[in-house]
Amino acid sequence: MIAVFESKKMPLVKTVVNGKHIEVERDRWALDVLLEMGVAVPTLCHHPAVEPYGACRLCVVEARKGKWTWLTTSCDLQIREGLNIETDTPSVIRSRRMSMELILSRAPHVESLQRLAADLGVGRPRFGPHYDIGKCILCGLCVRVCDRLIGASAISFVGRGRRRSVTTPFGAASESCTGCGACIAVCPTGHIRSFVEESALNIETWNTRLEMIDCKVCGTPFTAAKLLESVQGRLGKGGSLERVCSKCRRLQMCKRLGEAFHQV
Amino acid sequence: MISTAGKKDTERIKSVQEFQGKQAYSRSKFYSDKVRVSVGAGTCGLANGAADVLAGLRDEVGTSGLDFLVRQTGCIGYCQVEPVVDVLAPGLPRVFYHYMSAGKARQLVRAIAEGDFHPDWALGRLSRDQLLVRSERDFSSKPNGLSTVPKLEELPFYKAQLKIALRNCGFIDPHDIEEYIATGGYSALAQVLASIDPEDIIDLVEKSGLRGRGGGGFLTARKWRACRQAHGYPKYVLCNGDEGDPGAFMDRSIMEGNPHAILEGMTIGAYAIGSDSGYVYVRLEYPLAVENLQIAIEQARAYGLLGPNILGTDFSFDVEISRGAGAFVCGESTALMASIEGYSGEPRAKHIHTSEKGLFGQPTNLNNVETWANVPVIVNEGAQWFARIGGEHSKGTKVFSVVGKVKNTGLVEVPMGVTLRDIIYDICGGVPDGRAFKGVQTGGPSGGCLPESLLDLPVDFERLVEAGSMMGSGGMIVMDDHSCVVELARYFTEFLTRESCGKCTACREGIVRMLEILEQITCGKAVREDMDLLDELCCYVKDNSICGLGKSAANPTLSTVKYYRDEYLAHIEQRRCPAGVCRELTKFVVIPDRCKACGRCVKTCPVKAVRGREKVAHTIDQDKCVRCGACREVCPFDSIAVA
Ligand SMILES: Cc1cc2nc3c(=O)[nH]c(=O)nc-3n(C[C@H](O)[C@H](O)[C@H](O)COP(=O)(O)O)c2cc1C
Ligand code: SF4
Ligand code: FES
Repeated sequence: MIAVFESKKMPLVKTVVNGKHIEVERDRWALDVLLEMGVAVPTLCHHPAVEPYGACRLCVVEARKGKWTWLTTSCDLQIREGLNIETDTPSVIRSRRMSMELILSRAPHVESLQRLAADLGVGRPRFGPHYDIGKCILCGLCVRVCDRLIGASAISFVGRGRRRSVTTPFGAASESCTGCGACIAVCPTGHIRSFVEESALNIETWNTRLEMIDCKVCGTPFTAAKLLESVQGRLGKGGSLERVCSKCRRLQMCKRLGEAFHQV
Repeated sequence: MISTAGKKDTERIKSVQEFQGKQAYSRSKFYSDKVRVSVGAGTCGLANGAADVLAGLRDEVGTSGLDFLVRQTGCIGYCQVEPVVDVLAPGLPRVFYHYMSAGKARQLVRAIAEGDFHPDWALGRLSRDQLLVRSERDFSSKPNGLSTVPKLEELPFYKAQLKIALRNCGFIDPHDIEEYIATGGYSALAQVLASIDPEDIIDLVEKSGLRGRGGGGFLTARKWRACRQAHGYPKYVLCNGDEGDPGAFMDRSIMEGNPHAILEGMTIGAYAIGSDSGYVYVRLEYPLAVENLQIAIEQARAYGLLGPNILGTDFSFDVEISRGAGAFVCGESTALMASIEGYSGEPRAKHIHTSEKGLFGQPTNLNNVETWANVPVIVNEGAQWFARIGGEHSKGTKVFSVVGKVKNTGLVEVPMGVTLRDIIYDICGGVPDGRAFKGVQTGGPSGGCLPESLLDLPVDFERLVEAGSMMGSGGMIVMDDHSCVVELARYFTEFLTRESCGKCTACREGIVRMLEILEQITCGKAVREDMDLLDELCCYVKDNSICGLGKSAANPTLSTVKYYRDEYLAHIEQRRCPAGVCRELTKFVVIPDRCKACGRCVKTCPVKAVRGREKVAHTIDQDKCVRCGACREVCPFDSIAVA
C-alpha cells in the first residue's frame, strides 16, 4: 500500500460507533476506522491507495453530532470529537439497497456486483438497463489511479449527468498511456478489456495499442515498451531494469537461491 | 466596446479626501446642463431592438447637431415594455419612455430639442433620480409641465418594489465609473477604508441580518467571520455569477447594469476578511456581463479603487473574471472552485468547509452577485435601516425574475415577506387572457411548484422551504390552467439528468429513473405502484446525493405530487391530462353551445383537423388532430375543451 495520505500525528478524540465508545485519532477516515473494528461496510469506489471520492454512495452511515443527524458516506468523512456513527439503521439499509439496485441496473450481468447485491439483500433490479455502457459503474477508480498514482492522466471523465463516461481524450488512442494496467487491476467490474496480439498490448476500451518488449530469456512479449521506459525514467541512474519477464525472473531467482544453498 | 469615460479623467484617486472631490465632480457632470438620453441596453433590451434605438438616437443627435449626451444603461426591470429610453434634462424630472423604436427615438430627440417632451409616449416620470438612493433633485411636487405623465414609482409595477440590489440598473451607464460614483458609488468603500475596522464591518453585516441570495440563505457575516478566522494566506473572495437556473436573469442584470456595485461589495468583503484577491465567476452564456464587468474592473483599477493601495491606503485587492463552463452544477460552491482551478466542475463533500479549504486549498469566501451588491448599501444606510426591511428572519429585499403567464414579466425587487400574490398579481398584473392561475415554480429546477392555496405565503427563506420549495436564486415561473404539473416536473427532471455532474450514484442514476417514471406517467403508461416507486426514489435522491443539485432535485416532483396529486392520478387512472398538455392523454372537443362558428380555429389548426361551416358549430377530426392545442388558444369563446 502506498502511504501517500498518511497525516501527521493527531490528538485522540472520543467517538461512538454502533453504541461502542472509542478513542481515535482526529481526522482519520471513518471508513478505515469502521473496517478496522470489523464492521462490514460495502464499498465500490474506494481503494486505500487513492484519496476518497464518495461516488458510489454504498458506504453511507448515519452520523449524529449534537442535535444534527444526517446520512453521509463514511469513506470521505473525517472523525471528529463527539461524532456518533451508526451503520445499520433502517435508513442506512434502505439507502445502501437503493444505491446498489441502481448500480446493478447499469451493469446487471457483472458477477461481482450481483454478489455484493445479494449480500445487501437486493434481488433483480426494478429498473431496466437503458443505455449501452458496458460494465462501467463510474466509480472513478481507474481515473484516479491513473492520475494520482501513475501520473499518466491517460483517461478522464467526459460528459455530464447521464452522458458521463470514462475515456481517453477525444476517445482516440492515448498518447500518455504507458500500458501499466493499473486501471485494469483496480476496476471492480472488469469493464476494461485488453489482450496481447502480435507483440502488442491492446487496451481495447481505451482504443490504445502499445508495442511490447520480448523477454531476453524466453522471447515472449512481456511488457509495454513505454512502461519500461517510464519506469526507467523514474529510476534515473538509480538502477537499470532487466528485460526479463516475471516468470523467467522467478526462475532465475530460484536457480540462484538453489546454488547458494548448495554452496553452504 | 470602447469605454465612454474620458481618458483624461482616468487618474488614480490617491486618498479618501481626493475621492470626495471626485464624487462632487462626477455629480456635477451627471446632473449637468446637458440633456442626457439613454437606452436600456441590457441583454433583454438588446433582444427587443435596443441596439437599433441606440443607433437611431446617436445618428439623430449627430445629424441634428444637438449637444445631447447619448448613453446606454442596463435594464430597469420592466422587460415587458422594452425598448426603454429615458431622458434626464436639467430642471425636469427624469422621464422614461416605453415601446420605443429607432424612428420614435429620432422623433423624440427632435421634439425635445424644441421643448416638447412627448408625454404621450412616456411610461412614467421619476420624482427623484432613483427609486432608492438619495438624490440631489426632487420633483415630487413640481412635475414642470409633465403632470400628465404618471409617477414611475406609483405605477403598479413599481409601487411595492424597493430597489437595493438593482438600485442603479437602468439608471446609470455601466461603462462609466463616474456615473456610479455620481450616484453614491464607492462612497461606502471610502468610508470603510477611512474609518471602520474589518471586525466592525463583519459586526455591521451581522446586525443587518444579510443572508446569501444564492439560494441557501446562509448568514453572510457568519461566513465572512469563519473565513477571516481561518488560518492561511492567501485568502480568496469569490462572486458567484453562474446563474444556471433556466428563466432566472437577476444576476445577469446586475452584472450588466451595475457591475461596480459588485466590485465595491467584494472589495469591502475582502477588507473585512483579509483577502487581497478575488474572482468573479460568470456564466459562459453571458458575454455582455463579462464585457461590462471587464470594463468596470479596468476603470476601477485606473481610478485606484481596485489594485494595490486602494485610495492610497495600505489595503490592496484585485479581481479577475473567470468564465464559467456553462453548466448548472458549476454554480455549486465546490464545483465552482474546481472549475476556476481548471478542473471539471465536480462537487466534493463539504465535511471541510470552503472557508477553511476552498479555492486552491486556501480559505475562501463565496457570495452571490446580489449578496455582494447589497453590501455597499448596508454600509451607507446602516445595519438598522436594512434590518427594518423584510421579515423576521429574512432581512432586506430579494430580486425575482418573474416569467411565464403574467401580464408584466421582468425583474422585481421587493422586501422579503411580501406574498406571492403581491408579486404575481399586484406587481406583475396577474395571469393574462382571463385564464386561471395554476401554480408558480419558485427556485428553478431546485425549487417546487406552489398552488393557488399558497398565494398568500410570505416569500422568505424559511416559508418557502416549509412549503416544499426554496428561494433558489429567485426565478419564478407562473403557470396558468393550460399547464400540466406532471409535464412541469418532467421538464425540470429532464433538465437535471443533463445537468447533474454525474459523479454520484444517487443523483446520476436516481434522477434518470425518476424521469423514466415521469415519462411513463405523461404518456399514460404508468400504473399506481409507480407513484410509490417515484416517491421512494425522490426520498433516496434527496438523502444520498453529494451536493445541493441532487439534494434538491426531487423538489419539483415532490411538490407537484403533494399539491396536485389528483392530476397525477388522472394521468394514471383515467389516462387523461386535465390540462390538455400531454399529447397521448389529451382529446380536444368543441363545446357546441359555446361555439359561434367564427372559423378562427379552422384557420389556425396546422393540420386542418377542425371542420366547420358558417353558423354551424365546428368539430375536430380526432384522427387528424395532433393535440397541439392551437385552437384552444385562439378560441375567443372558450369553446374548446379537454374531453
Ligand atoms: C446545483 C447548484 C447550483 C447553484 N447555482 C448557483 C448560482 O448560479 N448562483 C449562486 O449564486 N449560487 C448558486 N448556488 C449556491 C452556491 O453553492 C452558494 O451557496 C452561493 O453562491 C453562496 O453565496 P451566498 O451565501 O451569497 O448565497 C448553487 C448551488 C447548487 C447546489
Ligand atoms: S449530487 Fe449530482 S451534481 Fe452533485 S456531486 Fe452528485 S452527481 Fe454531481
Ligand atoms: S465507497 Fe464511499 S461512496 Fe463509494
